[in-house]
Order: sequence, then structure tokens, then C-alpha cells
Amino acid sequence: MAPLADYLILSGVLFSIGAAGVFVRRNLITILLSIEIMLNAVNLTFVAFGRALGAVDGQIIVFFVMTVAAAEAAVGLAIVISLFRHRESLNPDTFTNLKW
Amino acid sequence: MLLLIPLLPFVGFLLNASFGRRVSKTAAGSIACGAMLASFGVALASVWKLLASPGSTALAQTVFSWISVGDFSADFALRLDPLSTVMILVVTGIGSLIHIYSTAYMHEESDPEYARYFSYLNLFAAFMLVLVLGSNFLVMFVGWEGVGLCSYLLIGFWYQKKSASDAGKKAFIVNRIGDFGFVLGVLLAFVRFGSVDFQAIAHAAAGLGPETTFGTISLITLLLFVGATGKSAQIPLYIWLPDAMEGPTPVSALIHAATMVTAGVYMIGRNAVLFSHAPETLTIVAVVGTVTALMAGTIGLVQNDIKRVLAYSTVSQLGYMFLAMGVGAYAAGIFHLYTHAFFKALLFLGSGAVIHALSGEQDLRKMGGLKKDLPITYWTFLIASLAIAGVPGLAGFFSKDEILYRTFAGGHVVLWSVGLFTSLLTAIYMFRLVYLAFHGERAATPEHQSTEHPAPGIQHPAPGTRHHGGHLHDAPPAMAFALVVLAVGSILAGYIGLPAVAGGSRLERFLEPSFTASVGDAGVQAAPVAGTEGASAGEGLEVGLMLVSTTAALGGIAIAAFFFLKRKSAADAVAARFAGLHRLLANKYYVDEIYDATVVQPIRIISEDGLWKTVDVRVIDGAVNGVADTVQGSSELLRRLQTGSVRAYAASLFFGVVLILGYYLWR
Repeated sequence: MAPLADYLILSGVLFSIGAAGVFVRRNLITILLSIEIMLNAVNLTFVAFGRALGAVDGQIIVFFVMTVAAAEAAVGLAIVISLFRHRESLNPDTFTNLKW
Repeated sequence: MLLLIPLLPFVGFLLNASFGRRVSKTAAGSIACGAMLASFGVALASVWKLLASPGSTALAQTVFSWISVGDFSADFALRLDPLSTVMILVVTGIGSLIHIYSTAYMHEESDPEYARYFSYLNLFAAFMLVLVLGSNFLVMFVGWEGVGLCSYLLIGFWYQKKSASDAGKKAFIVNRIGDFGFVLGVLLAFVRFGSVDFQAIAHAAAGLGPETTFGTISLITLLLFVGATGKSAQIPLYIWLPDAMEGPTPVSALIHAATMVTAGVYMIGRNAVLFSHAPETLTIVAVVGTVTALMAGTIGLVQNDIKRVLAYSTVSQLGYMFLAMGVGAYAAGIFHLYTHAFFKALLFLGSGAVIHALSGEQDLRKMGGLKKDLPITYWTFLIASLAIAGVPGLAGFFSKDEILYRTFAGGHVVLWSVGLFTSLLTAIYMFRLVYLAFHGERAATPEHQSTEHPAPGIQHPAPGTRHHGGHLHDAPPAMAFALVVLAVGSILAGYIGLPAVAGGSRLERFLEPSFTASVGDAGVQAAPVAGTEGASAGEGLEVGLMLVSTTAALGGIAIAAFFFLKRKSAADAVAARFAGLHRLLANKYYVDEIYDATVVQPIRIISEDGLWKTVDVRVIDGAVNGVADTVQGSSELLRRLQTGSVRAYAASLFFGVVLILGYYLWR
């Protein structure tokens, strides 16, 4: 079995990819997907630690994260659709009205 | 039953205040007069009940338990003892007459104003009755403040006239200064005796010896006396009373002559036991009273406004009452209070009738020769003047003579001689008034006067009927009735307090229980009262002093007759001869100006430049505005962080997390 460090490295890589996607991409749907990647990177860490430490807590919390992620995706996509209907655009830089 | 006495006028107040503007003048007046007369009836019944039960010296009624905190408790309790008997009869009896008089006097007012007037007058009576019936300091204080409020409202009744509203404020503010002393006195009394009940304090004090040095009781009584100087217009707080003449004349008669201004005298009488234990305070009371009597008497000599002469006369007579209180002759002081109420109310109502007939004219120099036109007013006014001057056989003689006799017998010869001189002055200024107003020739035509008199305001015409072609109307029936009843009172009121030589004062024996600590249980006599041991000083002395004061009264009348009836030029010559003195008196010793310079202006300057322009504008407003400015300035910078770009927020969130994690990993 692969050592714990391998899982953590993979998880770190996935998280970095997700974070970079959030900062760099100019499409709201891509940003949402990147957030999903970050969440799954975290899930991987939980599962890996749960397995390594012999506790089920890590496994259980992953289910919660998945549930929340599903809800978040649903709400996020709904918002994205309604934003698109307003502006015919998915570029987050066009939505900067919420400021002083 | 006691509660009904103040409650009836209060109900009258509520009715007139609520519905008065919608009913006719007759209805409003009837409600007010009916309430007062009913209250008078209940008062008479209560007094009858008190007199009919020989064993008891007081009726008491606890209405409800008012305040009960820790070891402090005060009930809303009323108590009718001989002293308050005299007071309630004066307040309800003379009050009723003045209400009746007012129905005619105020008839020129519009319906709502008329109802407002009567509601105030009823409210005043209610508070005054609470004041005199209260069985502890707190209940008394309710009445004490209430009458002050009503006094303010009624002085400023014609509030559209600047001088009237100013006079109202002046009265209120000056009274507040006195009340401050009064409150401190009550608090100190509570600290010292653990109670605010008059009976309890008197009992506690009776067990102590008189204070030979200035101690707590002296301080308590002195503070209470400060309150009395405010309410009863004594030096140094007398300045509001002459200005209070801006109010309607019946108000001057009721509040500023017969009842409210005597509250201070009553309060000292109510706490006679306490005051007897503070000889130092009593000396101060006597001296202040005498000096006030003299000072006001001299000012009264040269005033030209008919009501102001009477106002100074009131101040002067109140001085007499305080002199009596100060020498320990409490009964004599209350006796003078009682007789004074009759003849001074009559004088004011008489002057009101004159002012009414002359459509608001108050200047003595423009009157004269009114004797023919106003016979009822003239004769009643003359009786009152004779009474106040101290002519034998009339009310004022007995009471004033009693005070002077007690002063002399108590060994206060200087005070006595000043008092005697003041009684000479009293006779002079009163008969100056009579001669100038009623004798001689009218100085100006009535038409001329009516156009010249200062009307209180467009919607508040001066009280008075329009007279036609120089024919003046005497007092209408309602006013004449009050005048005649009071005139009879001014003649007869003195006979319940005959001097010792003529059988002794029944009033004094009646009042005796109120001035001693023991009520019910025969016991603790109050500290030796200065006057009482002098009572046996001999009837010869009393008769002698009586002759002296009678001479003073008649002499004063003769002097007034010479100067103001026979040779008016002589009066002017004397005034010109002593021009400086005349100017000093005419300007009331410049007391108002001195107060203005030493008290009012410094307070104004401190308030305006110090408190307003520095403390308020700079410090308080500065702090508030400074906080706001700081917040606004920093917000101006911070709001630039809110760009509205989601990705910028995400980046700052990310780097924030990285920084925090980094801190924990590498610290």
C-alpha cells in the first residue's frame, strides 16, 4: 500500500490545481469546477488520514463534504444561470457592481 | 372626609380643563365656584366635627401608603389640627369669594380662556389645601410645588404679553431657589430624625434641649426658612412678588396676598417645635422679617401702580408675620396671617374693581375722584385700608398689635421700634393710595386713559367694561358681593383674637396644641417660647403699647392726608428735596438691578460663553463630531478595498489563509 505521504502530495497537487483554476480562469463554470477539485483534494486528505490513523471520523466527514458540495454546486449553477441571463457573459470581471 | 376638601376643587379643575372650552362661561364659572363652595362646606363640617369632639385636637386621614423604601416610609396622609383649621377656612372661604368675584372680573375673556382661568384657579385651591392639610413634609411639598406651578400659570395667564410671561418665569425661578433650600431642609430633617412626619419630628425634637450654638436643627430650620423666603417673598427672594402683579387681579388677591404667600409662615408655624429649638434661626427669621417689612414699606411709599403698592404692602405684612414667628409668637403670626387674608384680599379686589371700572388703568396718578362713581368700592376699600393701617376696632389692629406687643415683651426693642415705624409707613402708603385714587380730581379724561392703557394683547383685552362718556360703573353684583363680605370680615375677623387685656385671645388658646409637641398625650411642652413668658408682663404695658401703635396708625393717616389730600404740592416738594432718596425708593433700592448684575448676568455669561460656546460646542459637540469625522475619514480609505470583484476577494481570502497557516507552521 502506498504511504500516507503519497496521498497528501496528490491531494496538495489537486488543491493547487483547483486554487490556480479559481484565480486564473475567466469562466464562472470553470471556477465552480475548480472549487469542486479543491473540495475533492480535501476529501482525499480526510480519507487518507482516516485510513492511516485507523479512525472512521475521516470517512464520515467526507460524506458531509460531498453532500454540501452537491448542494453548493446546485445553488452555484443556478446563480450562474441567472447571472448569464442578465449579462450574456460568464466572466466574473463583468460582475463588479456590488461595491460602494 | 378630609380628602374631599382638596379633591373637590381638583375635580372642578379636571372638569374645566377637559370640557371647559366647550361650555358657556356661566357653566365654567358655576363648576369652579360650586367646587370651591362645596369644599368650603366640607371644610366647615370638618372643623365642626373637630370642635365638637372636645378630647381630640386633630382629625387625621391616611389616604394611601405612598412611599415605602427600606426604613423610609411616607403616607399620603392628611391631618386637620387647629393650625390647618385656620388655613383651610381661609383658603376655601376667601377662595370661594374670589372665585365668585372672578366670574364678573374675567367676563371679558373668551370662553376657552375663561375656562382655563377657572381651571387654574381650582387647581391652585386644590394644591393649597393639600399643602395645609398634609401631615408630613412630602405631602406638604406636593402642595408647595403645586401652588408654585399654579402661581406661574396664573401670573403668565395673559401669556401673549411679554411682561406677563417674564413675570411668571421670574416667580417660578425665584421660587425654585427657595425650594432647593426647602428640599435640603427636609432631607436633613429626615437624616436627623429618621422621619418626615411633622408629628414624629416634633416629638423627637421636643426631647432635646434648645441648641445654644449653631447645630443640625438650626441648619434644618434655616434651610426650611430659605424655602419660606422664596414662597413668602422675604429678603432676599421677595423680588418676584411685585412682578407677579402682571396676573389678573383676583389672582393677586388669592395667591399673592391671601393664601400662597403665607405658606412660608404656615410652614414655620407647622414646625414651631423645631424652630423653637433653634434660637439662632429664630433670630434670623425675626430680623429678616423686620427688615423686609421696613424695606417693602418704604418702597410702597413711592410706587405709582396701584397693584404694586399693594404688592409691596403684602411683602411688608408678610415681614410682620415672620417677625412674629421669629420672636416665638406663633399664634400672633398666624392670627395676622388670618386677618391679613381678609383685608389684603379686599384691597386687591377693590383695586381690581377700580381697574375694571377704568378699563385697565393701573396708574395712581391718572386716578382720583373715584369716590363718587364707585361708592361700594370706595367704602369697602376704605375699611380695608383702616384695617391694615391698624386703626382700633378693625381686624388688622388686633393682630398687628399682638405681634408688636409680643416683640416688645420678648425684649426685642429694636425690632419692635422698626415694626412700629413700619406700621406708620403702612398707614401712610395705604392712605396715599386711598387719597390718590378716590379723592381729589381725576387727572385725565377716561377716554384718554382707555386709549392709553397698555392692552395685554389683541386676543386678551384688559379686563374691564367699556364705560360710556366718562360715567364709571361700580362693581357688578358678583364683585360687590365679594367686596362686602370681605369688608365685614375685615371688621369682625379680629374679634376672635382679643388682646389679653380684653379677655385674651381665643384663637391663641385654640391654636396652642399645634405649636406644642404633645397632641393627645398631655405632656411635652415645646421649648419655652420667647413671647409666652412675656404674656404676664402686665396689662399696663399692653395698653400702653396699644396706644403707641394707634398713634402711629392715626399719625400715618394724618400725614398721608396732609401730603396727598390737602397739599399735593408739599409731597412733590418733599420728593424734590430728597431727590436721591426718592429715586432710590422709586427704583426699589435697585435690588433687581443688583441681582441682575451679581447673579443673572454672571450666570448668563458663564452659560453663554462658558457652557454653551465652550463646553457644549467645543467639548461635547466636538467629541461627537470628532468621532464621526474619524470614522468617516478611515472609511474613505477602507472602502477602496471593496472592489466588487469576486476573484479579488477569493485571492485575499486565499492569501489570508496561507499567511495564517504559515505563521503557525514556521513560528
